[in-house]
Amino acid sequence: MKELKYALFTGCTAKESTPEQMMSTLAVAKKLGIELIELTEASCCGASHLQDYDDFLSLVLNARNIAYAEMHGLTMVTICNTCQLNTAMTKHRLDQNAALKAKVNEKLAEVGLEYKGTSLITHFLYAIIDDFGLDKIKEMVVKPLSQFNIAPFYGCHNIRPSELQNETHKGHENPYTPTSLDDLIIACGGKNVDYVEKNKCCGFHAELQAPHTAAVLTGNAVAGAMDANADWMVTPCPLCHLKLDTQTHHASVAIGRDVSLPVLHMQQMIGLALGCTPAELGLNHHVTKVNFI
Amino acid sequence: MDALTSQKVTFKVFRFNEETDYLPYYNTYTLDVTHEEVVLDILNRIKWDHDGSLSYRRSCRHGICGVCSIKVNGKAILACKSRLFDLVNVFGTELVIEPLSTKRAIKDLIIDKKDFWDKHAEVKPFLTGEIEETPQSEHLVSPHDAEKLLEADYCIQCGACHYSCPALAINEQFIGPAAFAAAYRFSADVRDESALERLHIVNEEASGVWDCVKCMECAEACPKDVNPIEKITKLHNMIFEANIAKNNVATRHAVGFAHSIAKHGLLDEGELVRYSEGNFGVLKHVPVALKMFTKGKIILPWNMPKSDKLDEIQKLIKSSSTVKF
Repeated sequence: MKELKYALFTGCTAKESTPEQMMSTLAVAKKLGIELIELTEASCCGASHLQDYDDFLSLVLNARNIAYAEMHGLTMVTICNTCQLNTAMTKHRLDQNAALKAKVNEKLAEVGLEYKGTSLITHFLYAIIDDFGLDKIKEMVVKPLSQFNIAPFYGCHNIRPSELQNETHKGHENPYTPTSLDDLIIACGGKNVDYVEKNKCCGFHAELQAPHTAAVLTGNAVAGAMDANADWMVTPCPLCHLKLDTQTHHASVAIGRDVSLPVLHMQQMIGLALGCTPAELGLNHHVTKVNFI
Repeated sequence: MDALTSQKVTFKVFRFNEETDYLPYYNTYTLDVTHEEVVLDILNRIKWDHDGSLSYRRSCRHGICGVCSIKVNGKAILACKSRLFDLVNVFGTELVIEPLSTKRAIKDLIIDKKDFWDKHAEVKPFLTGEIEETPQSEHLVSPHDAEKLLEADYCIQCGACHYSCPALAINEQFIGPAAFAAAYRFSADVRDESALERLHIVNEEASGVWDCVKCMECAEACPKDVNPIEKITKLHNMIFEANIAKNNVATRHAVGFAHSIAKHGLLDEGELVRYSEGNFGVLKHVPVALKMFTKGKIILPWNMPKSDKLDEIQKLIKSSSTVKF
């Protein structure tokens, strides 16, 4: 197989509050032989909030990030659902609207850049499924996760709006019955558990503005996974991870029930199955202790 | 072989009569379904052939009146528009038919939509303006101006987004996606003169746009592609443009991204929380922050990473910013 190579848009949390996500991304890419060129010039995507304040500025900044991936001639890979949504949404809007694209490019020209629309944008989860292949992952598993019931938590911004999300996926992901993360769990030898909240919102984006709403959503998600007999949860989104891993105290108070489960990044789960060490995967960086290692 | 033209599908149908039942229950029917049939055809067949007491709303049968919206396996749909075979493709041959909101059920699939209409009424969903009593000509809207509505006028008030919104399910004060889309629809209309009043209504904390959790459920649920979250974003923008954004945690949270990106390229997570909450409000986050710090999840200000070519980002922020706070 041709060696896979992507431009990596890390997003901000990988550099700050979820260092384990960065570590495990690099460890897994190395194991799989995927080359990741980090876009060190990239800025924050605005995390679905900057656009509420200044939509045009948000477009310009995201277009700049994509322009750097284009300069490498590579598909951009994201490791955060919200980075994925904001970046893919920017691409979609600029590709559909020549006038808007021209307006954005007028600004980018001031710093010698141009958004062309030549790079695809996909989340690492889908890059692995579409380009690497779950069959190959399965073959490479050295420590199957067969002892574990694992609850997939998809994260909104990877699955909705489906019309946008499915522009880049090879397989169709239905937001009401998503399968990608379940398939990945199975490929890693684990048992995927089904529960209603797996494709629901974790509340992250309203944590400061609407703390009660956010806490109830987090509580419902973890409770749903616990009731489905999950040993731990896994998510492709570092923002969901932050919410589910660090906010369970507020969540428990909000729903009147103690909830807590270890939550792994998708990369950590793959890494475990492929034989990476817990230290390589940063499993010591979790607030909710990863109690099975 | 020809494409499948009929197949057996099992329907688990929600039943409840608030006058006689303490709890809802489900009736199960297994029917042969043809590829032409929509969900409404099945409801009719169950009612006409099996149980005349099954209650549901139906009227136009053309996806325009909005009354037949229900949920199938948790997905909000218009019964008259959704083909059975499409649903079977997604959910398999066992379909659970429920009202849009089980907790608001009156009889079977019929719900009390009062909360929906109350929210709708809150945002003044009508045009207001000074018009002559005997106008000499039509008040024409140019195609360019009509496009500003972004098809928000396609809304048929079916409630699919409203009853799919998780923020609304938790916070009853929240105005919700359908009414926000209506607020945008009339505020973006060039003939309207009440935009500012509406923006004040949707700018309130707890009930207004700031409590949106950004789950995109409304965009997914809408059978008319109204894309309510896009209108919610527009309302946020209009609040800032009209210079009526209050100085509170929600507005500072949005603005804080611009400050942080200007300084580092990346988001300074800790500083965003401090800036949003204020020096006093931030204290409630200290217990969680301490736990995160011991796990290496908090970067101290002097170690904050920066994007390469930060000067480019700063230049673009200067030249591309369109609003001030």
